[in-house]
Amino acid sequence: MAVASDLHFYVDAARCIGCNACVQACSECDSHKGQSMIQLDLIDALRSPQTAPVVCMHCDSPTCAEVCPADAIKRTEDGVVLSARKPRCIACNNCVLACPFGVPKMNTEMGLMMKCDMCYDRTSVGKKPMCASVCPSQALFYGTREEIERLRPRSQAIQTFRFGRQTITTRVRMLVPREAPARLSVTDGFGDPGIGHEVDEDVFTNIFVGRESA
Amino acid sequence: MPVPDPENLALLARFGPHRAYERDRREAPGADEHLVKTHCCFCGQQCGIQLKVRDDAVVGFEPWYDFPFNKGKLCPKGIKRYLQNQHPDRLVRAYAKDASAREGFRALAYDEAITRVAAEITRIQTRFGRDAFAVLSGASLTTEKTYLMGKFAHMALRTANIDYNGRLCMVSAGAGNKKAFGVDRGANPWDDLLGAEVIFIAGANIAECAPITTDYVWQARERGARIIVVDPRLTPLARTADLFLPVKPGRDVALFNGIVHLMIANDWVDRAFIEEHTVGFDALTAHVAEWTPAHTAEVTGIAEPLIRQAAELWGRAKTSFLMHARGIEHHSHGVQNVLGAINMVLASGRIGREFCGYATITGQANGQGGREHGQKCDQLPGGRDLANPEHRAYIAGVWGIAPEELPQPGVDAYEIFRKVDQGEIRGLLSICFNPLVSLPDNNFIRAMLEKLEFYVAIDFFMSETARYADVVLPGSLHEEDEGTVTQVEGRVIKINKAVPCPGEARQDWVIIQDIARALGRERGLTFASPEAIFDELRVASRGGVCDYSAITYAKIEQQYGVFWPCPDTGPDGEPTPGHRGTVRLFEPGSWNPIARGAGPFYFPDGKARFNLSQYSPPREEVDGDYPIILTTGRVVSHFLSGNQTRRIGPLVDHCPEPRVEVHPRLAEHLGVIDGDWVRVSSRRGECTVQASVVRTIRPDTVFIPYHWAGRKSVNQLTIAAQDPISKIPEYKVCAVKLEKAAAPADRADLEPQQ
Repeated sequence: MAVASDLHFYVDAARCIGCNACVQACSECDSHKGQSMIQLDLIDALRSPQTAPVVCMHCDSPTCAEVCPADAIKRTEDGVVLSARKPRCIACNNCVLACPFGVPKMNTEMGLMMKCDMCYDRTSVGKKPMCASVCPSQALFYGTREEIERLRPRSQAIQTFRFGRQTITTRVRMLVPREAPARLSVTDGFGDPGIGHEVDEDVFTNIFVGRESA
Repeated sequence: MPVPDPENLALLARFGPHRAYERDRREAPGADEHLVKTHCCFCGQQCGIQLKVRDDAVVGFEPWYDFPFNKGKLCPKGIKRYLQNQHPDRLVRAYAKDASAREGFRALAYDEAITRVAAEITRIQTRFGRDAFAVLSGASLTTEKTYLMGKFAHMALRTANIDYNGRLCMVSAGAGNKKAFGVDRGANPWDDLLGAEVIFIAGANIAECAPITTDYVWQARERGARIIVVDPRLTPLARTADLFLPVKPGRDVALFNGIVHLMIANDWVDRAFIEEHTVGFDALTAHVAEWTPAHTAEVTGIAEPLIRQAAELWGRAKTSFLMHARGIEHHSHGVQNVLGAINMVLASGRIGREFCGYATITGQANGQGGREHGQKCDQLPGGRDLANPEHRAYIAGVWGIAPEELPQPGVDAYEIFRKVDQGEIRGLLSICFNPLVSLPDNNFIRAMLEKLEFYVAIDFFMSETARYADVVLPGSLHEEDEGTVTQVEGRVIKINKAVPCPGEARQDWVIIQDIARALGRERGLTFASPEAIFDELRVASRGGVCDYSAITYAKIEQQYGVFWPCPDTGPDGEPTPGHRGTVRLFEPGSWNPIARGAGPFYFPDGKARFNLSQYSPPREEVDGDYPIILTTGRVVSHFLSGNQTRRIGPLVDHCPEPRVEVHPRLAEHLGVIDGDWVRVSSRRGECTVQASVVRTIRPDTVFIPYHWAGRKSVNQLTIAAQDPISKIPEYKVCAVKLEKAAAPADRADLEPQQ
C-alpha cells in the first residue's frame, strides 16, 4: 500500500506548546526501534517559551539523498523520504550536514542515519503518523487539504522554501498566517506584553523587584 | 519505631524509584496482542487511550481516535504510562517494617498482613476511640473505590476522620461552585469553547497541566476567539494570548473585583439575567466600588490599561468561557478567588447557553467523581452532607444502618496530621496519597508519620510516604481494575481492565473488603465486582445533587460517557431509565432536585448567588528577610507526587530534576546565571536547585515544580496556611530568600528521580 495522495502533513509551529508528546510518541512507532526521530527545538528559553517541532519535510528532491555517496536514502513512490538503509549507510554525516532543515541525525551507536519517515509503517496502511495523532496542540496535523482549510481559516499552507540559491519543494506543508492577525493594542503604557515569539524585556517592567536589602 | 533513611541505598535498590524504558519489555514476543479501550491514569482530562496488551502485560498504546474528548491526542505522560506496567519497582508482596532488614522491610504473606492491620485498627479504636484511626484516600481512584472508602470509614470503622487528597486540589473550586451555583461540577462541555468570543484563563498552565485542552483553545481562536491569560508566569498559552495579565501571586480576586467594577461602571452587565436569575447583585456593586482600576493595579501589579482592556473585552463579549485551575485556588483565600471569577461570569449573564461557559480544570484523574461520593470529611454519597439529618437518614437507609451509627463530620487531610501531633489520632490507613511529597511544610508531615503508632499504606509502588508505613499492602495499578471516573467536563467514563494484578497484589476494593472482614465488620462490604459497587452508588446518589441513578456501564460505552446529573426518576416521580445525561448545566428551563423547577440553579429559588469576594493578602507576605515570592506548580512530564512518573524513564529524562525559574533582573541581583545552583529557603525549610533564568516570570517571584521528594521537595518550603472554608493549602504563595550556592555534594549513587 501507499500513502494516500490526498493526505498531507501540516506543521504550525505557532501552535506548539513544547509538551514533548511528539518526541515521546515517535519512539513508540513500531518501525522506529525505540528511537525518537522528531526534534523539539527550544528557540530561545531566556526570552520565550516558544518551541518548534522539527519533522522531515519530505522534499521532492531530497538534498540528503542527493549528497549521499552510498545511495542509502530512498524516496518512496508516494513521496516519503526514509531513513538510510542499514546495509548501505556508511555513517559519513553528509546528509546531516547538507539538509537545509536540519533533520537527519546520526545514530552513532547503530552507525546509521535515522530520520522521520512520516511513520511509513502507519501512513502506508492508512493510519495517521504517531506524532500528529497525539499532538495536543495540533501543531502537527495530518489530514486532507479540505480539512485543514476548514479547521485553519486563518492560515495558509506553503510547501516551497528558498535557501539562498536553492529552492525546495516539500511534501510536508508549513502553516503560516494568512494575513497579519487582527490584534488588540496591548501596548498602551506597557510595552509589548509578549505577543509573538519574543517576550519583551519590559513585560514585567512595572513590577517591583523584592527588597534591595535581599 | 526506627525511621527509614530516605537515602537508604538498600531501600532504594529494592523499591526504587527506578526508571523503566521501552526496550525493557519489547524483548518478549507474544502472539496474543490486543488493544483495550480505556483512559489515561493521570490528569482530570481523562483522554481515551487504547492499551496494547500482550501476554498479560501492557506493552504500548495506540491512539483511540473515536473518543470524542481527545480524538487520539495524548500528552507525554499518557504516551509513556504503559511503562508503569511490569515495572521492576512494582509491589507484588505485602511488606512489614523491619529495622533488622537492610532495606527496612521484610515481605509478609498477604493474609498475615491483613490480620495484622485489622488487629492494629481494633487495638487503636478500642483503646483510644473510633476517631483515633484515620483514613486518607485519593482522587485518582475510580468513583467505585472512593464510594467504598467512604463507606468503609463511615460504616465499618465508624471514624469521623476520613479525607482525601482532593483537599490539595479541587476543594476551593468545589466550595466556590456550591456557594454560587449550589452544585459542584464544571458547567459546560469543552465543545462550548469552540465558538466563545472570549476565553478567560486564570491560574491555569493549560499547556503543561491540561495539554489536551490546548487544541480546544487554539481551535476557538481559529473561529475568532480572543484569549486572556492571567498568570504570574508567561506560560506557553500566554505567549500568543491577546492579553496577558501578569498578576502578582495571591492577588487574583482583586483583579476579578476590579473587572466587575468596570463592567458595572460601563454597564457591560446583563441586567435581565441578573434580575431573573441571580441574588445579591446590589451588595456586590457596593462591594466592588473600592476596586477602581488604580487600586486594582496597585494590588495586583498589573498595569491599569491592561485591566481596562481585559474588562472591556470580557464586558462586551456576546459569548465567553472562563476557566481556572489551581493557580487561583491554592490560596488561603482560594474560595474568594473562585467566587470573584464566578461573579465575572454571573454579571455577564453568559452561562447555561451554547458557547457560554465556566469550569475549573480538574487536576486528578477523578478530581470530579472523587469529590462527589463520600470520601470527603463532611460528605456522603451523591454530593450529600454528613451534617444534614435528611441526607444521613437517606444514606443510612441505603446502607441498612441507623442514622445515629454514622459519625459526624471529621477534619481535613492536613488537620488529620495536626491531630496526630495532638495525640488524638494514633493510627492511619492511606491509599492513593503521598503526603510526604504533596503536603506543604512536609518536614512536619515526616515527623507525624514517625509519630503514628500504626500506619498502613496501600500502594502499587513504595512511595516516599509508604516507606514510613508499618505495613504496606500491594494494591492495583489503573490497568488492573475497572470502574468509572468523572472527567473535567462532568462526563462519567469507564476505565477498563487490561491485565490482572501480579503476585499477591490485589484490586484495592478487594483489599478494603478483606480488612473489613478481618475486623468482623464486613456487613455492606461484600461486593463481588466494581459494577456491583456502582449499582449501589447509583441508588445512594439517587435524588442527590450528583445523581448517577440512570447511568450504567452499558450506557457509558454506548454514548462515550454520560454527563451527570442523570436521574432515573423524573420531576413528577416518573421513571426515566433512558435519561441520556446532562451535557450542559443551568440551561433555561432545566430542572434540578433543589430548585424543583423554580430556576436553573441549585438553590430553592433556582437563582445563582453573587458572593462578596473578599481580598486578603497571602498568609505570608515578603519582608526584608524573605523578600521573594515562591510559587509552585507542575511540569508536563510529571504528575503530582511523581510516584508513577518518576519511575518512567523517558519522562524522567525529559525533566530529571526541579529547577527554579528566576527572572534575569533578579538573577543579576543575586549574581546568578542560568544553570547556577541556588539555595531557596523559607522559614520552614530549604532546597538547593539549579536556576533557569527566564524572562517569562515576574521578577518578584520564583517558581519551583513540586514532583520530587526528599532534598528536592519544594514542599519543604511551602506554608501550611489553609483557606478557612475549603481547607486548601496555600501552595501558590510563600516568602523565600535566594542565595547562590555550591552544587550539592556529589551523590553519584543517587539517580535524579530519587
